Amino acid sequence: MEKFVLRYFNLIRAVIAVVIGIVISVFLIYLVSKDPGFSLQQFLLGPILSRSRFSNVIETASPIILCGLAIAVAFQARQFNVGAEGALYLGAAVGTAFAVSTHMPAFLHIPLVLLVAAGVGAMWGMIPGILKAKWKASELVASLMLNYVAYYLGLYLINFHFRDKQAGYLASYQLPRTAWLAQFIPDTRMHWGILISLAMALLVYLFLYHTTSGYEIRMTGFNEHFARFGGINVFKVVVLCQLILGLLAGIGGMTEVMGIHRRFLWQSQGHPGYGWDGVVVAIIGRNHPLLIIAASFFLAYLRVGGQVLNLMSDVPAEMVTVIQSIIILLITAEAFLSQWRYRIMVRQAARQEVAV
Amino acid sequence: MEMILEARGILMVYPNGVVANRGASLEVQKNSIHAVVGENGAGKSTLMKVLFGMLQPQEGEIFFKGRKVQLRSPHEAIRLGIGMVHQHLMLASDLTVAENMVLGVEPRWGQLFLDTRKAQEITERVSKEYGLPVPADRKIKDLPIGVRQRVEIMKALYRNAELLILDEPTSVLTPQEGDVLFATLRQLKEHGKTIIFISHKLKEVKQIADRVTVMRDARVITTKEAGELTEHDIAYLMVGREISFERVPPPASVGETLLSVQGLSYVNEESMRVLNNVSFDVRAGEILGLAGVEGNGQTELVRILTGLLPAASGRITIKGRMVNGLSPRGIRETNTAHIPEDRMEDGAAAEASLQENVIVDRYYKSGFSRGLRLLWSSIFRHTQELIGRFNILAPSPRASVASLSGGNIQKVVVARELSSDPEVIIASQPTRGIDVGSEELVHNLLKEARDRGKAIFLTSADLDEILKLSNRILVIYNGELVVHFPNTAQLTGKDLGPFMLGVQREEAVSGKVRP
Amino acid sequence: MNAMLKSILSTEFGFAILRVMTPLLLPALGVAISGLSGATNIALEGIMLVSAFTGVMISAFTKSLILALLGGIASGIGLAALLGYFHLNLKADIILAAIALNMLAEGVTVFFLFMFTGDKGTTSSLKSLIFPALHFPLIQNIPVLGAIVSGHNVLVYGALLAVFLYWLITFKTPLGLRIRAVGQNPDAAESVGINVNRTRMWALMLSGFFGALGGLYLAMGYVSWFSPRMTAGRGWIGIAAASLGGNLPLGTFLSSLLFGVVNALANYLAPLRVPSEFIQMIPYLATAVALTIYSIQAMRKRRRRI
Repeated sequence: MEKFVLRYFNLIRAVIAVVIGIVISVFLIYLVSKDPGFSLQQFLLGPILSRSRFSNVIETASPIILCGLAIAVAFQARQFNVGAEGALYLGAAVGTAFAVSTHMPAFLHIPLVLLVAAGVGAMWGMIPGILKAKWKASELVASLMLNYVAYYLGLYLINFHFRDKQAGYLASYQLPRTAWLAQFIPDTRMHWGILISLAMALLVYLFLYHTTSGYEIRMTGFNEHFARFGGINVFKVVVLCQLILGLLAGIGGMTEVMGIHRRFLWQSQGHPGYGWDGVVVAIIGRNHPLLIIAASFFLAYLRVGGQVLNLMSDVPAEMVTVIQSIIILLITAEAFLSQWRYRIMVRQAARQEVAV
Repeated sequence: MEMILEARGILMVYPNGVVANRGASLEVQKNSIHAVVGENGAGKSTLMKVLFGMLQPQEGEIFFKGRKVQLRSPHEAIRLGIGMVHQHLMLASDLTVAENMVLGVEPRWGQLFLDTRKAQEITERVSKEYGLPVPADRKIKDLPIGVRQRVEIMKALYRNAELLILDEPTSVLTPQEGDVLFATLRQLKEHGKTIIFISHKLKEVKQIADRVTVMRDARVITTKEAGELTEHDIAYLMVGREISFERVPPPASVGETLLSVQGLSYVNEESMRVLNNVSFDVRAGEILGLAGVEGNGQTELVRILTGLLPAASGRITIKGRMVNGLSPRGIRETNTAHIPEDRMEDGAAAEASLQENVIVDRYYKSGFSRGLRLLWSSIFRHTQELIGRFNILAPSPRASVASLSGGNIQKVVVARELSSDPEVIIASQPTRGIDVGSEELVHNLLKEARDRGKAIFLTSADLDEILKLSNRILVIYNGELVVHFPNTAQLTGKDLGPFMLGVQREEAVSGKVRP
Repeated sequence: MNAMLKSILSTEFGFAILRVMTPLLLPALGVAISGLSGATNIALEGIMLVSAFTGVMISAFTKSLILALLGGIASGIGLAALLGYFHLNLKADIILAAIALNMLAEGVTVFFLFMFTGDKGTTSSLKSLIFPALHFPLIQNIPVLGAIVSGHNVLVYGALLAVFLYWLITFKTPLGLRIRAVGQNPDAAESVGINVNRTRMWALMLSGFFGALGGLYLAMGYVSWFSPRMTAGRGWIGIAAASLGGNLPLGTFLSSLLFGVVNALANYLAPLRVPSEFIQMIPYLATAVALTIYSIQAMRKRRRRI
């Protein structure tokens, strides 16, 4: 039993963190709501009570997976680039502009639009990478600033050049049907984008753990001096991983537009926030693509639960933000529960003494 | 015989599960100089940390001046009168000597503020009392190591240390500076102080210690009067087997020049000329040793040779081809390997697995990858083979390097570097901080490589190692070569010492050999 | 064009610089002092949010400025202490923990905003207080300088005093010496009995204090309400300012001043007929550019010596 705990310790820790998060959410609901029992039920079970809500979870997970992958690739190289938000916003904006201004059959249109978004995202994500590689500028600060710049650039592009004045609200022209990702389950908004996300997760997994480039990225993350010493081109790694971040985030933003909204409408509500969700799931999933899938579904479930809660009761959806922060706080706390693990190890060592 | 310190039955287990001290017991007589020896991983540093309150043991008792004590922190140890001088000096480099002196016991001006003038006075007072001159208002980063170490000792004395623990104090000093240190220690003994010091250097131990404690495998093996043991006795107790102290015989034949350096200079970020006009050749089938106190340019020299730093001027050629400005990979591809001086910083990635560590210089080559794709099965097999060949104690190629002992980590590094079948090997401090058993293995491997016709450039602060392995010896001081010994047969540390300290030098020295 | 230049070179602009600089300078000081200790606090964004919110709420319900001030400061120090607890005691990576706390602050403030006002927009439905402006009778009559320097919110002067306080603490107190020592060589500090974690915790709490002043100024001086995410990245800009200033008092002040000038300038560019999005971009773009230039310079300096 104790050996099991030692081997899967990190996983057990993550699960306990999640449980604590849920417990706190229960506490908050009881604090705030006039009908806590009902609210709690809506929160925890709401997402699975109807087909459309459940599909909502999967739809919500889709861009989060992509952004989580994006952040994870950079974090694996210890590059704290949090620019997924900006890359996804600008990538989706330029992608929308392209989609709306061009006409071609779907089998060309869809990949090209995604390519444009990915390309723009890649270039945007690469900027902090180049600044870091060439001049050691903090990629954290640079990417944070560029997130804001991307937001305003995207806004300008859509509002000034692609605004649909006939729509009742601030939004771009609708995408031509040839650029839509079809929704293939009736009564839901489930679209092909989710398959793209899952496919990307698999690709990123293979990339990180079974290719030479992925190896270079991970070794740089483990110990940059070691990587350089061994001959790895660290400059290239620093730029590449952040380029990939932008690329994946761009796809994440664009698939949302193509599959759900069919227009660019992230103006008045500000950022969609998937970029920061990506940071959350990358942390929970410890930068591993397959764990990130699970973490993204988990977060999406919480999100949808929060929306249901918001809709059906008097508890604001921000509660989910509070919970997710507490969970990742507990997960990053390496020493969380470490006393327990230490005591187990001491007991194991003592037992060895006796045996000898 | 009054005991100033007694430790009984210390059990110390680190958070990662490693048992560093098992039933360790120690008795230190008042007013003596007591040496503690043992291989790395034997547990000496850990025991000292326990005695200084830096670590809390799971079991065991400590008695200081006859009273049982609980050392929960260095603070408490200091309060009781125990002081420690660490191997890596515990000084804040951007603060002055005076500021470092009073750190933690700062004199106050009006309760809230720092009294800088008092700090200065205190420094001067202690300096005079014990005869240890230091410049109170200079920043530590501007002072040489010998002076920094003196500040460290003064810090402990200021805090009324009666027992001083020194951890490998001579590892950064020349033989002559070491003598000065020993004179200081004897002086302190006359002031009534007691000294414990850890050392690898058995000659020193015989020179200065009154009593010797030997540790092995987390246990204390024995404690005896220094006069009762010879160096061989001590070495045997440390390892449990005979150690050869013989010199490595010179090689049968020497081939062509494989590594050639001409007029190498380097200026660092603070505009200091760290290397000045260094020239030497290394030929196939020989080991060229570079002796010198750490910090005289060896580190920079090696980093330039291996592509990690750019030279300011000079030419480097390997097998006749100029390699200035090549990247680390470029240099490796000339069949040059490098055993780095800092294995944890450059040589290995602690959290990565053994196999990931081993392939860092070859992962892109055929056999280990096909195009972009890594071939993990052949990487695994390759690593297994290396584990066997180099006698690495590890459960599997997938084990993380962090779980290995220092000696085994160094074996991993050496295994990787030597298995790439290089023609030129650059070895920096290849046996620093590892156990005697592993040290012997590494020395044998270098000797073997030399006999198979490799050109080896060895830099080390360990004079015994240089003398044991090198066919020719250069000494570096302040970035310049100050003497070249083409014949090492009768050399001793005392011959090299004056050159290492800058007391003696020859002009226009080059390590090149007339054909 | 001429009109625009004239308005830029006016005393209103000088006044605006100080006004705009304050919520940049205070978080920058927070980042700086924590940076000196080796545990850089990048949660100033969140600290400012919670202190702004707390200050507004307390002032609205108790009508007491003093209580609001104390409450705001306490909440800022509290969040910083939480960061300290997770990083120092529970060994969380300080960057990740700070990101988590920023998120937490954002969520918690909006959560309670909704709870207390039923509105997710602003607190303007509550009558919260603002800190008073100070007019100095003698100084305000000095030509040019008077109009620039007198009449500011008390927290603006507080920010300038904070720079002096920062210098005082860092270089003239034992705590400051320990903070610097811990930042340069934590092992050395430990070996003389200094509790590294406790010293870093002090540094973090001080950073919480400075940051809290910034947050209080934002919601009770710069404007008179709290709205979600109102810090708008000033905490991040503070990181750049502290880094450009080498974490030192004068340097941090000068870089914050620089950012203040650039940001204040943005408000005067309306006559240029540039779309508002580009104007709103300026603070962030300027920070990124400054960071880049600084890094290039630093690298060149290293290369030039070789």
